[in-house]
Amino acid sequence: MRAIVTVIGRDTVGIIAAVCALLSEKNVNVLDISQTVLQEYFTMIMLVDTSAATVPFAQLREELAAAGQERGLDIRVQREDIFDAMHRI
Amino acid sequence: MLNNKDILSTIHMIDQEHLDVRTITMGVSLLDCCDPDPKTACRKIYDKITTSAQNLVRTGEDIEAEFGIPIVNKRISVTPIALVAGASDCPDYVSFAKAMDEAAKAVGVNFIGGFSALVQKGMTAADKKLIASIPEALAVTDLVCASVNMGSTKAGINMDAVGLMGETVKAAAERTADRGGFGCAKLVVFCNAVEDNPFMAGAFHGVGEAERVINVGVSGPGVVHHALKKVKGQPFDVVAETVKKTAFQVTRMGQLVAREASSRLDVPFGIVDLSLAPTPAVGDSVARILEEMGLETCGTHGTTAALALLNDAVKKGGVMASSSVGGLSGAFIPVSEDEGMIAAAQSGVLTLDKLEAMTCVCSVGLDMIAVPGDTPASTIAAIIADEAAIGMINQKTTAVRLIPAPGKKVGDTVEFGGLLGSAPVMPVHPESAADFIARGGRIPAPMNSLKN
Repeated sequence: MRAIVTVIGRDTVGIIAAVCALLSEKNVNVLDISQTVLQEYFTMIMLVDTSAATVPFAQLREELAAAGQERGLDIRVQREDIFDAMHRI
Repeated sequence: MLNNKDILSTIHMIDQEHLDVRTITMGVSLLDCCDPDPKTACRKIYDKITTSAQNLVRTGEDIEAEFGIPIVNKRISVTPIALVAGASDCPDYVSFAKAMDEAAKAVGVNFIGGFSALVQKGMTAADKKLIASIPEALAVTDLVCASVNMGSTKAGINMDAVGLMGETVKAAAERTADRGGFGCAKLVVFCNAVEDNPFMAGAFHGVGEAERVINVGVSGPGVVHHALKKVKGQPFDVVAETVKKTAFQVTRMGQLVAREASSRLDVPFGIVDLSLAPTPAVGDSVARILEEMGLETCGTHGTTAALALLNDAVKKGGVMASSSVGGLSGAFIPVSEDEGMIAAAQSGVLTLDKLEAMTCVCSVGLDMIAVPGDTPASTIAAIIADEAAIGMINQKTTAVRLIPAPGKKVGDTVEFGGLLGSAPVMPVHPESAADFIARGGRIPAPMNSLKN
């Protein structure tokens, strides 16, 4: 299952490393990644594959959100379908 | 890969603009629960509901977690109880409402609708018993919603039922006087009721429906409002196109959730109801959309035209986004549930008469409106008759959900809390309609019902 991870918040050192470490720990494969920094405001969008993940989706979501809170970031993971549905005909 | 801008725009809609799926509603047929013994019938009802909907809430929560889209309510609608309870030998149907309530609590849903009767042309003995049971049923249950359809384009308006419903609304308010007349917030009087509506308080599972069905109601006034802010001052063609595009996106999301829920629960997908359903939260108001079009306050001259455009554009945008659109589909204008409507009513600009005009062009009717507690039953019945006439002639659904708040006067406010919000008490005309309602009988179906 493909999902989109979004990380939004103030830029600090090690955000990408922290998120990637957490994903790899859960055996979630990163397929694509893009990021921008606008006036200290950090946005990262990752396309990931969760089909071989070692934890249920809901748990992955909670752990990512918790990891984000520690750093003052908004981290979420959502199935790709929701974006496809809203922006593709 | 998806465009980053698109991804962020969806997240912004959910985060900042209150985008959500308002409800996943499972319709359950109770026609096989009829039994001469009321206790057996109630047990069958409880068993059928708890078996059919045992996974509804968990499935809704799973979908919510995976897609990251809030699903505010999970609900159940059932066959109009008058049709089921009619087979049982008992003096009233309050026990059936209690069975529904217990079943709803057991499966963890937010509401259960279908304590209903369809009396557009006449009332059976069971219909009369059900209507007589409504005030008590709504007072002793928490989650049960009741509705009565007393008119249609095909049948005309059953004025005996209209008179009876005026008294029933009053009785429901008085029986729940300790809670500001809360019983009335769970009671809708319809003309041209639809059988697949997922929204409360008027949801029931029509007899033309399958054994079980999944219907989804979307929301999204905040998203439309935000989109319109970007086209300030532009002509109405642009406004209509903007609303259409937004409604399309919102409905696609609803369709995805509906399909997913249907396949996980192994229950056929019914319809997506593409209604703009407001909440009392700031930024989730239909009134503010109308004001964004250039009106100083919702309710002033121009409001009906603005609402007509909005309602039509929502349908046009949504209809292509879903394989099956149904329910009420349009813009809702419940006063207590809409922060902008509350403000407009409190300022005195939005009146009951203007709201009545607005119901000619939107999806439902006079919804969640508090009126003084001493309003006579005949006046409430006359308001119901006016709404029914609008529905009957225009071949649309109209509804009345009035709360004659016990002990309250114009200027007071009734607090319901949660999605139901708070209702400023609005004035009604003091001149009597008692002789009009006392006539009874039936207003014949209009010429435009003769289509064959």
